[in-house]
Amino acid sequence: MMWPLLKRDLARFFPFAGSGGAALPLLFFLAVAMLYPFAVGPQPELLAKTGGGVIWIAALLAAILPLERLVASDMELGVFDQLRLRGIAEESVMAVRMIAHWLSFGPLLILASFPAAALLGLDGATLHVVLLGLLAGTPGLAAAGLMIAALTASLRGGAALSGLLLIPLCLPILIFGAGALARGDTASLGFAAAISLLLVAIAPFAAGAAIKAAREG
Amino acid sequence: MQARLSANDLACRRGERLLFRGLSLDLAAGDVLHVRGANGIGKSSLLRILAGLLAPYAGDIASEGGVALLDERPALDLDAPLRKALGFWQAVDGCGSPQGALQAMELEPLMDVPVRYLSTGQRKRAAMASILNRAAPIWLLDEPLSGLDTDAQAKFASLIHSHVGGGGICVLASHQPVAVEGLKSIELADFVPEPKGEHVA
Repeated sequence: MMWPLLKRDLARFFPFAGSGGAALPLLFFLAVAMLYPFAVGPQPELLAKTGGGVIWIAALLAAILPLERLVASDMELGVFDQLRLRGIAEESVMAVRMIAHWLSFGPLLILASFPAAALLGLDGATLHVVLLGLLAGTPGLAAAGLMIAALTASLRGGAALSGLLLIPLCLPILIFGAGALARGDTASLGFAAAISLLLVAIAPFAAGAAIKAAREG
Repeated sequence: MQARLSANDLACRRGERLLFRGLSLDLAAGDVLHVRGANGIGKSSLLRILAGLLAPYAGDIASEGGVALLDERPALDLDAPLRKALGFWQAVDGCGSPQGALQAMELEPLMDVPVRYLSTGQRKRAAMASILNRAAPIWLLDEPLSGLDTDAQAKFASLIHSHVGGGGICVLASHQPVAVEGLKSIELADFVPEPKGEHVA
């Protein structure tokens, strides 16, 4: 029962899977990494010191971009109602969607960090911390994004709001994930991973409840 | 298992307005119920309550058998070709032989057209095809005839007829007359509370 759902979600959200626009967050991420050296000037020390943080900011913004399409269009089309009538709980639908959302930006973002690190002139040790941090943090970004997308799906102008709402929710992940760069050790990444896991555990239930509440509205 | 759908003393409230109250119905296999009423009187809300998507303000519902709902939203991916959009629901329903429904709804020439480019009537036929593939005994059809040409309207009527003939139940909400034999009908206006004194605070 869940496999067709995951297949459909991936077909809609995975970059290069057919529907245009899904690759934009990835290109956006690379564009930020590419433009940053032009904006601050080409001093290698400065780039190496701040580059890791720039990758984190770019990742956060890239996670915001797909939110608009994540839940609202399906709500408008009545897809959740039809799934409910087939006895599939909103929580399961949202759990599948969270996985699909992460799969469509998380792994690619981690891969894209290699060219981004090259553009910013990061050394191997910094890249190592960035990669581990993104691995720990992006599931949390996906979970928080899904919650916000479901909450704002029935609102007019919800897309703009969802970007704003996501930022405070992601702050702890950013603090612990990007904070590891400043100290140059990976100890605080455990906290980022813990917050990520917590969000992943909550998100399907919160998003499912939001969809049910929107139905009554 | 005999299909059955009954509701007891239903009331529906949307926002501050009580749309209808005191509505009871009891449908068994072979029944067709036509819910009549003007726009905005609560036909769609009644169907959503019967489907279990909306909680009634008062009263309760009992049903036996799966429920399929056709409303103005076809739940088909707009960007996908019709074949893929319908294919998703076939996969969810585990339907192995969708050909019969596609033929009945005359959808085969449209299978490669993205849903976005289909007309209202074509989308409705596509949504009906996925209801046929679902094989649920209880059909709730919200304005099934709107947007359809006369051929398709006759086709829908005959499908409803054969569905209830095979032991199904059909509730259809429509403001226009429906040509189905053995049709029961209720007028929703009979259950609308008096404007004065019944206003919920």
